[in-house]
Parts: sequence; structure tokens; C-alpha cells
Amino acid sequence: MIGYIVRRLLIAVPVLFGVTVINFLIMRMAPGNPVDMLVSPKLPDAAREAKMIELGLHEPIYIQYWNWLKNLVVHQDLGYSMITYEPVTTMIWDRMGPTVLLMGVALILGLCIAIPVGIYSATKQYSKLDYVFVTGSFLGISIPNFFLALLLVYVFSIQLNWLPSGGMKELGSSGSVTTLIIHMILPLIVLVASVAGRNIRYVRSSMLEILGQDYLRTARAKGVKEFFVVNKHGMRNALIPIVTIIGLEIPILFGGAVVVEQIFSWPGIGQLTLSSIMNRDYSTLMGLNLVAAFVVIAANIVTDIAYAFVDPRIRKSYVGGSKR
Amino acid sequence: MKSLLNVKGLTTAFETENGKVISVDDVSFTLKYGETLALVGESGSGKSVTALSLMRLLGKRGKIERGDIQFDGASLQTVSEAQMQKLRGDELSMIFQEPMTALNPVFTIGHQLVEAIRLHVNIDKKEAKTLAQNMLDKVGIPNAARVMKQFPFSLSGGMRQRVMIAMALVCEPKLLIADEPTTALDVTVQAQIMRLMNQLCEEMGTAILLITHDLGVVAEMADRVIVMYAGQIVEETDVFTLFREPLHPYTQGLLASIPSMDFDDKELTAINGAIPANYQHLQGCRFANRCPLATEACRTSQPPLVEVVPGHKTRCFEWQQLQRGE
Repeated sequence: MIGYIVRRLLIAVPVLFGVTVINFLIMRMAPGNPVDMLVSPKLPDAAREAKMIELGLHEPIYIQYWNWLKNLVVHQDLGYSMITYEPVTTMIWDRMGPTVLLMGVALILGLCIAIPVGIYSATKQYSKLDYVFVTGSFLGISIPNFFLALLLVYVFSIQLNWLPSGGMKELGSSGSVTTLIIHMILPLIVLVASVAGRNIRYVRSSMLEILGQDYLRTARAKGVKEFFVVNKHGMRNALIPIVTIIGLEIPILFGGAVVVEQIFSWPGIGQLTLSSIMNRDYSTLMGLNLVAAFVVIAANIVTDIAYAFVDPRIRKSYVGGSKR
Repeated sequence: MKSLLNVKGLTTAFETENGKVISVDDVSFTLKYGETLALVGESGSGKSVTALSLMRLLGKRGKIERGDIQFDGASLQTVSEAQMQKLRGDELSMIFQEPMTALNPVFTIGHQLVEAIRLHVNIDKKEAKTLAQNMLDKVGIPNAARVMKQFPFSLSGGMRQRVMIAMALVCEPKLLIADEPTTALDVTVQAQIMRLMNQLCEEMGTAILLITHDLGVVAEMADRVIVMYAGQIVEETDVFTLFREPLHPYTQGLLASIPSMDFDDKELTAINGAIPANYQHLQGCRFANRCPLATEACRTSQPPLVEVVPGHKTRCFEWQQLQRGE
């Protein structure tokens, strides 16, 4: 098992390297550069040139990449933002907390809704409540994040004036837990709607498949109570495909953060990403890309490990693999 | 002696997209303590549904429409679902056809056995483990202590069926329902499993309701035989009479279909046709369209199940013709 994890981590290194190369190239293919954002268009060319040299943007593109990589590997440093001159590491680190908080709570809440609702829907297939849940889940999937967000802001912030339309705390206050929760409600509704919507369908179909299995009949024939037939014997098996889906949720949430954080001015990674793109803040973008790629790879590895926990057949193949 | 199981007029129906289908139609039989009764018939004849009706494991779509099941002196009809859960696995257990899929893939063999024990016997985990391991020994599983910790996927089909037998018999039930327990197994393993089941049930005094389409198995195991066709019992007698003097053309057809080793130039015989799809709406005998003896009377009215010879029932107008033919 440990051998397997080590191997997966080693494979992750070239993947991360590839991701940075591709990101660097794509970023540079986009028109504009940070200097345009920093200086007045009326400035003489010589001054622009000086700024370019100062930021290291005058060198050929492969040298620039090489410098970035060298800095990362040798000094474990992601450099400074080309716009604010803050260290990229600090910027990302400061923004990480709010994002992880929002996304983590959204994921947990979403699953807390999706798993019981999905199981109920599957066991009571074609009942009225099942139709309600399935329809609700389709709504959750189909309504675009930005639209639901704007709708909620319109209703609850503008019309009813019950909830703040954005931010994490009141301006000028230090922010208590209560205000944090109040600020989280609207973005959470948006995220949970899509997480729950997607996963209700997965849990339902996964459970439906399991409910027809012979071993549930065996469990009933042993005298196991129906509740445990479904929630122990059935659930443990239905979990196997669901674990994969949960693993995939993490990158989806990370990407979805860009839209939701922007609309609700949530001071997280997503907001930083969008503003860095607008400003052509190359060094910050490289750092953010690296983090995003790392999150995706880590989520995959964690999923595979969780897989082994829920499925003994896979556990065995891992053990067999590491001996080789 | 009083009988363990007394089924009277059992009628089970399933809701399907094309309306209600009656899978078991007015089936009555008795089973004595410790006796082995075989339920024979081709696929779709209603054998398995009869068994699942007894266990009350018909699922959402199936329902017992009529009939009474007396088990060990009590009517299973009046028993609540909670009481039924207590009976299942304790007083009456069941083994299924497919050992490869009958065990839960994510729990160890030990876990599944201990669960079966602790549902019905009030002992702690450690004692249950010892009991489970002893039971695995009894069903001839080598290295039972290790198998306890293994998952089903690492066992062969024959071994899994042994585990199923251990699980079904660990609480020493009064009745074991075995639904084609060896159909999915290698021929060499079949005989071992049958012998094992027989021997253990004899030790415990457990009666067996054996569902099969293999007449060889019937001859070896059963005391009495019920032949089912299209949801109905068509013949019932003891095992010797069945092979010597079958009094229903369907039974005769089944016996004739057993491949013979004596003449290698003989072609395999088969009963032509299949069970009619909408048999419940047929007016006459349900076997009439495949029967070599069918007359006009057979097509218009249904023959009743009659005890024509003491201990020998048949559902055929022309049974005397069969008797004379012998």
C-alpha cells in the first residue's frame, strides 16, 4: 500500500512539470502583458522597456520559464506578483483558507443531502417523493451557478434585504463566527445545489444497481432487518462508485470557485485567479496553476486510497502490485 | 407424525407491466420433520417463487394472493415482518443458485457468518467467531481460521457454496430451502455439495425443500417429489414411484429427456415447445399444447389434481392410459 502511494507521488512529479509548461505557453499566447496594466499608455517606449527588464519579461520565453522553474526548485519560491509585488506564496496562502472553508462545507453539506436522498430515492423508486427528488436534482444540475447566484442575491439581498450579497465580513469589523455564517449562506446554497444535484443521481443509480444484487437477498434470508440490508449491506457496496465521484467533486468545486467567489466577492483562490488573469499577473497565475494541478492530482490519489478502503478486491491488487 | 410445513392453496402473483401474472397457482403440499422434498420443473414453472413465498422474500412486486402456510405449528400468514426476520436464518434458511454473487463482496466470510449467528443467538462476538469457525470446519473448508478473514472473491464457487451452507445451517434450522444449489457448480463439485448438505441436515434433523431441474439429484436426495408445471403441481409422489411409474405425461417427458449412456445411437429426446406465456388464461390443461395424449377434453377443461393411487397425485385426465402403458 505505502509502495503504491509512493509510486503515485513519483508519477505526479512529471505530470506537474507538464502542467506548468503548458500553462506557461498558453498564458503567453494570450495578448497583453502585465506592463500594460501597470503603466500609462502614454509613457515613452524606453520607460516601458525598463519596466520589462525589471520584471524579466525581455528575455526569450524559455529562459523566463527556466528562471521560474529554477527559483521554484532551488529556493522553493514562487516569486513575487508582477502587479502587487507581494510574494505569491503568501497571496495564495492567505486566499486558501476562505476557499477551503467554503468548498469544504459545500462538499460536506452537499453529500449529507445527496447520500440519504439518493438512497431513499432508490429504495422507493417511482414513488412521488422519488420524482420530486429526481426533478430537484436535475434542477440543481441544470441551473448555471452564476444564474442561481444572481437570483439569490436579487431575492434575498436586494428585495428582502435578509442576507449580505457578498464578502466574508462587514467592512471595518473583525468578523465573528455568526457574521461569517451569514455571509456564507448564499454562496453555499449555490454550491450545495450543484453538488447535491449531481450526486443524488449518482447515489440513486449506484444504489439501484446494488438493490438488485443476490447478496442482499442472502442478507434478508439470514434475517437481517431491511434497514440494515439497505444501509449496511447495500450501502457499503454502493459506496465504491460514489467514492470516485466524490474524488472528482474536489477539482470541480475548485474550478467552480472562480465564478461563485467572484459574484459573492468571497476573498478566495477563485477571485484571485480571475483578477490575476485580468492583470496578466504571470507569476501569480503560475503559482495558482501549480496549486490547482496539485489539488487535482492529490484528489485523485486520495480517491484511489479511499477506493482500497471500501473495496477489498482493489486492496488486494494494491498489495500484490507493491510486491513487484 | 405432525408435519413441519403445511402449505395450502398457495397462490402468488407478480405485478408486471403487462398486468398481474400468477406465478404459483393453488399449490398445496406438506413436508414432514427431517424429510427431503424435491420440487422439480423447468424454468418458469414456479418452483423458486414457491420457495420465496415460504421465506416471504418476494420483493415489492410479488404478493401472496391466497393460501395458508403452517410452519412448525404456526401460521406464517399471521406473523409480522419483524417476527419473520427472526425466523429467517434461524428456523428456516435458504441457499441460492448462484454462489458467486450470493455473498456480500465487501465483508469477510467471518463477518457474514458471525452476523448470521448473532442475529439469532444471544452470544458475544468471540463465541460467535468460534462457532462460525467450527461451522466452516464442518462444511469441509480447509484452514477455516484463515478463510474467516478472507473476502468472498478469493474463494472458488464450490467453496462459496460451502460457506453459504455453513451460513444457512449454523443456527440449526428446522427447514432448509435449497434453490438449485449446485446448478452453477462444476459436475465434480455438485455431488460433494449435495452429500455435504444431506449429511449435515441429517445430523441436525433439518428438513430440506430441494428445488432442482436435475432428476439425477432428485433420485439421489429426495424422499418425495413434486413436479411443477406452469405454476401448478402436476404430479406428487414418492421418489421410487416417480421413476418407476410416472402418471403425468410431463413427468414422463422429463424422464425421457435424461440422456442415456446405454445406447450411443439414440438421439436426445426433448419435450417440444415451451411453457405458454399466458398460461393463467388458458381454459384447459396447461400442458395440452405440448402433450402427446391431449384430447379435446384436455383443451377445454382443466384436470384437477387427484390422488389416483394412495400417495400418488396427478393432474391428468389420461393417467390410466399412462398406467396401462407401463
